[in-house]
Amino acid sequence: MTKEEIFAEATSVYDNYVEALETGTFEALQSYSRNLSERIIPRGVQTDEVVGIVLLLRDVLARSLFAKYQTDFRLLNRILDAYEPAANRIANTVAVGFVQERERIIREQQEAIRELSTPVLQVRERLLILPIIGVMDPQRARQLTEQLLRGIRANRARVVVIDITGVAAINSNVANHLVQTVEASRLLGATVIVTGLSPEIAQTLVNIGVDLGKMNTVGDLQGGIEEAERLLGYKVVPLTETTQQV
Amino acid sequence: MAVPILKQSHYLIATIQSALTDADLVQLRDALADKVGKFRSRGVIVDVTALDVLDSFASRTLRDISYMIKLRGAETVIVGIQPEVAFAMVQLGIAFEDVATALDLEEGLLYLDKKQKLGQHGSQRGF
Repeated sequence: MTKEEIFAEATSVYDNYVEALETGTFEALQSYSRNLSERIIPRGVQTDEVVGIVLLLRDVLARSLFAKYQTDFRLLNRILDAYEPAANRIANTVAVGFVQERERIIREQQEAIRELSTPVLQVRERLLILPIIGVMDPQRARQLTEQLLRGIRANRARVVVIDITGVAAINSNVANHLVQTVEASRLLGATVIVTGLSPEIAQTLVNIGVDLGKMNTVGDLQGGIEEAERLLGYKVVPLTETTQQV
Repeated sequence: MAVPILKQSHYLIATIQSALTDADLVQLRDALADKVGKFRSRGVIVDVTALDVLDSFASRTLRDISYMIKLRGAETVIVGIQPEVAFAMVQLGIAFEDVATALDLEEGLLYLDKKQKLGQHGSQRGF
């Protein structure tokens, strides 16, 4: 922040503060704190810095009240009785506004990541691939299953290759979910091939006692696609070979 | 409501139109087992596209149908299980072991045609 910005910000914080104290309404302050949060969060301002500013202002104002009314102790007491709850409420409003804004941004980002994270792609007629990268939590696994089953319906897929090369490890819940996904896909008439199992995941699957007759696994994505093509009756032939035959 | 059973050359097609009571399911099972002998059918397709729910009794009856038809010398394929239904079934632990399934009627017919060509020793699942 530049010096001018700090000054402008401090002035508007002060103005809003005084207004809230004078009118006893907090709507304007609430919208200001939301607005302030929107502007400063992308710059990496921390919660303690924001709360710090507000609390500092609260103390400064309290000091000035002390200085002004220190001769009349009873009046000072009455003024502080009115001032302190209001000032606390202001600090509260600003802090809550800041945190809410931050949480909203986090939620938005999570949503974006989730949408990006589970593409169901058609590579050939009747063949879908589902590359999974990153951490598999139960929520993501559930979403993935939903999308896959819908994808099978929409693309009339017969074979699905789920590639989990990009997943380092999964817990037994998620492993179970994976097995269930494979079975559910079969009920829709699609065969699932799982590729790229890491040693850790293989271990987890064995630990939960997976029925290997149900799981079709191939070492890597290439092998998986080749196996899928075999199941679908495709054969990939180099161009030179075919031209020689003609 | 009774389920209509249509004869289509060598196959029988039973399309379930609405939610069925247990009695209807039993009636369907018996009718299919009966007709498969009467028409000398080679395959049976049960279409469950219209069903949003498959409870354990319905699932078990469908499995029973599949086994009974097999004993009568024909193949059964269940088609049109909805994605939500499929996952709910798996989560409830109702696995259609050894029961052939296909996406829709067309795929089901294709599956049966393929099985006919392969004879009785073809692959157990898939298409």
